[in-house]
Amino acid sequence: MDKENKEIISLVLLVFLPIILFFASFLMGRYPISPVDVVKTILSPLFPQLTVSSTVNTIVWQIRLPRILAALLVGASLAMAGTAFQGIFKNPLVSSDLLGVSNGAGFGAALAILLSGSSVVIQLFAFVFGIISVSITYLISKAYKAGGILILVLSGVAISAFFNSLISGIKFIADPEDKLPEIVYWLMGSLASVTMNEIIMIIIPLFIGFIILYLLRWQMNILAMGDEEAQSLGLNPSRVRLIIIAACTLLTSAAVSISGIIGWIGMIIPHMARMIVGPDNKVLLPASLSLGASFLLLIDNISRVVISIEIPIGILTAVIGVPIFLYLLRRGYSEWS
Amino acid sequence: MVLDVKNISFSYDDELIFDNISFSVDKGDVLCILGPNGTGKTTLIKCLNRIHEIDSGEILIDGKDIKDLSFAQISRHIGYIPQSHIPTFPFSVFDVVLMGRAPYLNLTDTPKKEDEEIALNALKTLGIEDLKDKEYTNLSGGERQLVFLARILCQQPDILILDEPTSHLDFGNQIKLLEIIDNLAKSGLSIIMSSHFPDHAFLSSTKVAIMKDKSFIDFGKPDDVVTEENLRKAYSIDVKLINIDDNRKVCVPLKTNLKLGDIK
Repeated sequence: MDKENKEIISLVLLVFLPIILFFASFLMGRYPISPVDVVKTILSPLFPQLTVSSTVNTIVWQIRLPRILAALLVGASLAMAGTAFQGIFKNPLVSSDLLGVSNGAGFGAALAILLSGSSVVIQLFAFVFGIISVSITYLISKAYKAGGILILVLSGVAISAFFNSLISGIKFIADPEDKLPEIVYWLMGSLASVTMNEIIMIIIPLFIGFIILYLLRWQMNILAMGDEEAQSLGLNPSRVRLIIIAACTLLTSAAVSISGIIGWIGMIIPHMARMIVGPDNKVLLPASLSLGASFLLLIDNISRVVISIEIPIGILTAVIGVPIFLYLLRRGYSEWS
Repeated sequence: MVLDVKNISFSYDDELIFDNISFSVDKGDVLCILGPNGTGKTTLIKCLNRIHEIDSGEILIDGKDIKDLSFAQISRHIGYIPQSHIPTFPFSVFDVVLMGRAPYLNLTDTPKKEDEEIALNALKTLGIEDLKDKEYTNLSGGERQLVFLARILCQQPDILILDEPTSHLDFGNQIKLLEIIDNLAKSGLSIIMSSHFPDHAFLSSTKVAIMKDKSFIDFGKPDDVVTEENLRKAYSIDVKLINIDDNRKVCVPLKTNLKLGDIK
């Protein structure tokens, strides 16, 4: 009975946490807006008789809403991809950028900043190069006859390092007055300047990624038993793994393309979720989605409210995430071998 | 015949592992494959459900060539427990057993109520329903082997392939597991297992194969195959067969008086 109660409480929590945070986040920021004004503004398209000042209107729709949505979507994507990767690579220590997606996207963004600087081009290049780097990783692992998981992970490490050095090369030749700081700032990750148009551009890839991972969530359990057992249970392990990698790559590239590189979410959220709902991906994957969305939104709120200078969110996720991670390790995994 | 293996060969890279092996298994048969370390028992077993692809020969399940079957189709006929399993995530015993339903579900399906009932029945058949909510990573070797057996029962195959099913079990659990295997065979399943204990062949098998030097050196009924001479050929030591309890035989390896430095 106790156990069932605990399950119900955690499910309710996981459903309502992002919703509550969503509304609460409209109240956070330099310009104070009352809860009543927020509700009125949000309902105003449906009920034209509700009127609010144009300042409030602009802040809610054009400043806070895109940023809140971006935090929810990016957090959910990175956490879900991280959970899926930990499952299919049978390793609780990997994160969503295992196969080089972040450094690939970072290189794309840096190159775009160097060449043009338009935000659409930066976003597109980041997205495309994220996908390219994972594709190279995958093709390299396929080119070797022994092509197992280990080869895939190792080529991911190599491709990550390769793109990382290309990023350094671009930083080296970038104009230190304007281009260089922009590149560095992008690489630190930020949701400060996300616009509604940027979010609309990533909706389709995110949607495809979410749906595929959600549909395959039970099969991820079977992949976590190892390839031979998965095959003896009727799965084609390398094919299912490829589909999941493709979905995760869509999610992470799309997320990173609007936020820049945000670390740690794809690593710690799966662990937090696993401690709450257990390792069954049927429940774990939706739980990671909810926790990832909530966690990044919470951190973004902190980043824009607590100190007067805005701290890049990539720094905060690590500063806050690492202690949480270490605490979880001590509490929950003492029995793991 | 439930399973017909005809003249199969397999090489790993360029190294021939086994050559021209043939055997067949009928409903209710328990085939025990004996042989020294490293002769390729595991490799042979893994060819039977296409985890490895054979180079030549054919493997027929109910007359159908497994080359023409998908992994899902094969998995409805053949259940498999590997020799060792490296656990990563602490799934509950019930979740692990439920995975046995995968052969009957589409790629995007999750298990239904009736799948859960089948999983529960599999746990009941083996008398381990009380383990249902435990983490399978925290079980003893014997309990975990029963969980994997429950998973392949849940898979409802005709053939069970068990790679050294007793290797991580204590003295008592080994006998218990062999008796369970015997009962499963009597209920109509065909079982193929590898083992390091010639005694096990007498306990539950209807057929025995001794594998050495890339082939079977003998294949047939336990009494005909597990002989002092064959065991000497297989393991390069002298073995004494002793009758106990009227009609049960045990094998006792004799001391070789080996000295350090003689090991080849």
